[in-house]
Amino acid sequence: MPDAATLTRTLLSVRDLHGFYGESHVLHGVNFQVAEGEVVTLIGRNGVGKTTTLRAIMGLLDRQQGSIQVAGTELVGLRPDKIARVGIGYVPDDRGIFASLSVEENLMLPPVVKQGGLTVEEVYGLFPRLKERRKSQGTKLSGGEQQMLSIARILRTGANLLLLDEPTEGLAPVIVQQIGDIIRQLKAKGFTILLVEQNFHFASTLADRHYVMEDGKVVDMIPNDRLEAEAEKLARYLGV
Amino acid sequence: MMELIGIPPQALFGQLLLGLINGAFYALLSLGLAVIFGMLGVINFAHGALYMLGAFVAWLLFQELGVGYWPALILAPLVVAAFGVVLERTMLSRIAKMDPLYGLLLTFGIALVVEGLFRHLYGVSGQPYPVPDALQGGTNLGFMYLPTYRAWVVVASLAVCLGTWYAIERTKLGSYLRAATEKPQLVQAFGVNVPLLVTGTYAAAVALAGFAGVLAAPMYQVNPLMGSNLIIVVFAVVVIGGMGSILGAVITGFGLGLVEGLTKVFYPEAANIVIFVIMAIVLLVKPAGLFGRTT
Repeated sequence: MPDAATLTRTLLSVRDLHGFYGESHVLHGVNFQVAEGEVVTLIGRNGVGKTTTLRAIMGLLDRQQGSIQVAGTELVGLRPDKIARVGIGYVPDDRGIFASLSVEENLMLPPVVKQGGLTVEEVYGLFPRLKERRKSQGTKLSGGEQQMLSIARILRTGANLLLLDEPTEGLAPVIVQQIGDIIRQLKAKGFTILLVEQNFHFASTLADRHYVMEDGKVVDMIPNDRLEAEAEKLARYLGV
Repeated sequence: MMELIGIPPQALFGQLLLGLINGAFYALLSLGLAVIFGMLGVINFAHGALYMLGAFVAWLLFQELGVGYWPALILAPLVVAAFGVVLERTMLSRIAKMDPLYGLLLTFGIALVVEGLFRHLYGVSGQPYPVPDALQGGTNLGFMYLPTYRAWVVVASLAVCLGTWYAIERTKLGSYLRAATEKPQLVQAFGVNVPLLVTGTYAAAVALAGFAGVLAAPMYQVNPLMGSNLIIVVFAVVVIGGMGSILGAVITGFGLGLVEGLTKVFYPEAANIVIFVIMAIVLLVKPAGLFGRTT
């Protein structure tokens, strides 16, 4: 059966990825691909290695083995700043808003890594609330606003592959909906998105495919249109 | 002659000026220490030795090459910065992920080596450095006599402190620096070369110490021990102001210099310990320091 990712151009390809924090071996041979323009999720229970996989892609683990390729460039062994310059924007699970920077400084912080990013006006157009509060201290924003700032700031940089780590965690349903709208708009603009998500209902409204992780490995792939047919299997994976 | 609370104004203002001068050095040095601690997590015990190195480089430039004060004011900090780059790249970067105690011990050792070397080469008697022609003499203000060089030291130090504050708080490069102080990994994952930023920060902060050394040279003698005499007080200033606060370091530096000067007028016996008494009180009442953030 042809993988959806092989039908179009593969942007991100992760092969036999092993990751370590100090002595502990946390990723045990992760394999998956993301095609250009796709929205793909990594799902699974807590502690199966979803966040660690994103950190591994950014080169933030103590040690890693295997292969991570983005548009043909091998990332394993590169320094995080070189990895970012391949064209990857990262939204960490803690949102990573800087307390000593204003909202505007937070927004302008990530350097431009490629041509073709959104202009500041376009970013403010997507997130009008951030423009109103641009002089505030970054961490004085509400949780939802911080999450939007965390996404907004990587849209300026020209990165075309976005790694979003649980963008809806701890947010009110109305904010989750807004973030869902933003992600759909980004997909329409052609961004490729790898999304780590616990909120499976949310993920199913925007993703093309879902990779299921267990014990530091990808164990299954479910296309979004097969979700209902595979509901039982999925419930077992997620333990719900 | 008018007297204020039984003190002749000459003595009062004279001591206040001395306090401002001391405060200028406390501010320049504690500013660098605060920046280094924020970015590298290192308590830079070599800071006093690097201040001394700045003074000695100025003296050697003058003695060996006939290079005067004004070029030395630029060149000596650059030499100290270059030395800082070597220290950071060859030693400090290797202990970056270890307990802060290692950084303290390492820089303490570096201070001993650098001071020992200059003691061996030049003895401890101190070398005179002339006041530049343009800054000789002074002005009678009526209530006190103001030596031009001392006024220059206060003004130059204030200007450099404010310039540093501006660079850190109001520029793009400064926003990288503040962000990397908080979350270095994330800043690097945005595409910023953080190791280079760390090296540059250390170099710039020790250049401030070198600059202070050149300012000090014409006023005090150039002496291998001039740094270690000063650095203990400067550490107390940093503790009082709070680690990691830029403006706090500057205000505390000048403020404590003035307090020290006033103590010399009103209760001279306590002048040498007043800063440490204040440190003890601040530690009891507000352990993070006057301007420190408790997070």
